[in-house]
Amino acid sequence: MKIFATYNIKGGVGKTVTAVNLGYLAARDGHRVLLWDLDPQGAASYLFRIKPRVKGGGKALIRGTKSVDSAIKGTDFDGLDLLPADFTYRNLDLLLDSAKQPARRLAALLAPLKADYDAVFLDCPPSISLLSESVLHAADLLLVPLIPTTLSVRTLDQLTEFVSGFNGHRPDVLAFFSMIDRRKRLHTQIAADLPAQRPDFAATAIPALSLIEQMAVKRAPVSAFSPRSLAARQYSQLWQEARDRAGLTA
Amino acid sequence: MREFVLDGDARHGPDVLAAMAGGVTLDGGLAWANGGRSQASRRSWLDTFDWRLYRAGLTLEQAACRDRTDLILTGRDGETMAEQQLTPATAPRWPCLVSELPPGPIRELVEPVAGVRALCPVVRATSKVTELRALNDDAKTVARLAVDRMAVTFPARAAPPVRLMLSPVRGYAGITDRIGGAISGVPGIVAARGSALETVLAAAGLHAGDLPGKAAAVPLSPSIPAAQGLAAILTALLDAVEANVPGTRRDIDSEFLHDLRIAVRRTRSALKLCGRVLPAGLTREYRAEFRWLGDLTTPTRDLDVYLLDFGRMTAGLIAAAPADLTPFHDYLVRSRAAQHRRLVAGLRSARFARLTLSWRAALEEIRPARKRPTLAQLAADRLSAAQRKALRAGQLISPGSPPESLHELRKRCKELRYLIEMFGSLYDPGQRWQAVRELKALQDCLGSFQDAEVQLTEIRAFARQLLADRSVPAETLLAMGEIAAGLAVAQRDARREFDGRFADFASEASQDRLAELTRIAGPAGGAGR
Repeated sequence: MKIFATYNIKGGVGKTVTAVNLGYLAARDGHRVLLWDLDPQGAASYLFRIKPRVKGGGKALIRGTKSVDSAIKGTDFDGLDLLPADFTYRNLDLLLDSAKQPARRLAALLAPLKADYDAVFLDCPPSISLLSESVLHAADLLLVPLIPTTLSVRTLDQLTEFVSGFNGHRPDVLAFFSMIDRRKRLHTQIAADLPAQRPDFAATAIPALSLIEQMAVKRAPVSAFSPRSLAARQYSQLWQEARDRAGLTA
Repeated sequence: MREFVLDGDARHGPDVLAAMAGGVTLDGGLAWANGGRSQASRRSWLDTFDWRLYRAGLTLEQAACRDRTDLILTGRDGETMAEQQLTPATAPRWPCLVSELPPGPIRELVEPVAGVRALCPVVRATSKVTELRALNDDAKTVARLAVDRMAVTFPARAAPPVRLMLSPVRGYAGITDRIGGAISGVPGIVAARGSALETVLAAAGLHAGDLPGKAAAVPLSPSIPAAQGLAAILTALLDAVEANVPGTRRDIDSEFLHDLRIAVRRTRSALKLCGRVLPAGLTREYRAEFRWLGDLTTPTRDLDVYLLDFGRMTAGLIAAAPADLTPFHDYLVRSRAAQHRRLVAGLRSARFARLTLSWRAALEEIRPARKRPTLAQLAADRLSAAQRKALRAGQLISPGSPPESLHELRKRCKELRYLIEMFGSLYDPGQRWQAVRELKALQDCLGSFQDAEVQLTEIRAFARQLLADRSVPAETLLAMGEIAAGLAVAQRDARREFDGRFADFASEASQDRLAELTRIAGPAGGAGR
């Protein structure tokens, strides 16, 4: 079981749409996939038309009084399941703080699912917190969407440095440019230059496309409702890079 | 998953979509939606000729759609146990032995069940599946209903009822239960009583688990005239002979010939032991003909036994290497192929056709003029005589007796066993099992002794032949010598075991249990039924 996490300290950079599209593409490849919507805003749950509610809330999951397995819902797509968001996830930091080995808690909660899933996607809320630390410890590959600006590259460097200080398991990092505005020269220039210079950057970039915004209207992955579109093709390429990087065999 | 069927013929039954729209009220804001394009596939269900998978609760299916072919194994509860995609390179040509299946979990799970039997398509159908989805008020799929319209294409054309399969989406089991309840309330829809395999078999007029090739006990009344009962038993044995002929001729697996021989041997025993109740002349004529048929099958079967046992024999080598036996194995395979050609010629001969046709006609014409003896009286008389003969033959055996005397006892024991099985429907199954317990153990011991005797004689003949042909190296003959030594040890062990086995069989308790069968089937027991 490979664990992918879409992570960035900033919000609105395309974490959720990436998790949703890549999760869908992984399932379409024949993998058994679970997506955990860790963001209390529940955007991924909304996109899959699943109510953002878990019986007992985040407390029951973190304390283990409710198994992760029992909270999982099937999406409309074969092989793709969702662990929905819950509004109580806003308190996950506090709950983790009171748990033993909080930074390893998420990995421990996911361990019993190894036989059931080939890939797990963690869609993280934008923050630096105990929750994000637990996500970083659990993940095999961090997928970091970045808006092409100098500051976001600096943020990536800070994240890479933070992760390299972990003892034991360290996630691999794969950053990619997201929401590229082709009208902005700085966007196109940074997006064209940087991936060739840095090994932690994916060759694939995701442009800012209205079709991706349409996901909220269609409530489905773009690869499902418009499979031949540019957006779908880019996500497909990104998935191939992420899959190969994580060593998930077909 | 809950399964339903549309009551009535698939072609003229009510339209499922209309039934759903008009008949199933989905409360709580649920609605049906079309699930997309329908999927067509060709389905073949596979089993051994004697339904070993079905009887073990397994269903093996090959499903081929436009772009892929899969082999699917399901268990008794309908849950998939293993699934394997087949490629043109790995797709088996049916029928095939389990050892010829592509490696993987399906082969591992099926091999111990099917044993030496080949897997054959038992029924084939085309299938067109359309899907309906139950949506909640967020237009989220909460359950799926697959509508399967099948048409049987083999062994006969038939239209089974449409099957509906309701599957929950994970996390929505409660809603699916409600939908299932609503569907079962629609007029014309009933809960499926069997699996998809059973549905298509029933449409084709077949029943899973039927054993046409096995010489099973025929259900008979004890009070019918003996000749009538014997004719029914012999007809069932002829059915078993004929059912195994195509598989023997095509050489699908070695069990067809084995079962054919069992049916022939039982026919010969029945004629020898009970033939006097049949019309004069009939028994003499057909005993000779069935002896010819038995002899025709013996050389191929003997070589089959050698080849089936070959792996075990080579595994027991101490000084020689298994590869030393390769020329011997090749020789056995060549000899077996030649003998099988002779066997097929015999089964295609006018003599064989005449035998089966005239024998069936003769059995159909048997009209007993007298009511006595009854079948029960015949069974009691013959069983008691066979029991006496077996006991006497065993008591004559001493430590210095030649192998022939043990073979003689083996034949008497076989006759006793055949009689008990032939008249099996007259006895309580539990009591019958108890009665044959010691007899069966004695037969196993005598079988081991005699098989070793035959194989020892044969391996000496094979060695002489191979030496005369100058076709094998000395290592092969030495390795064959080791096998011969192993056979001699097995025979000696069986001989040592014999005294204890016979003592158990000859014990008062064992003999009483056998005699009890005679009393149940005899005049008093028979009259009481």
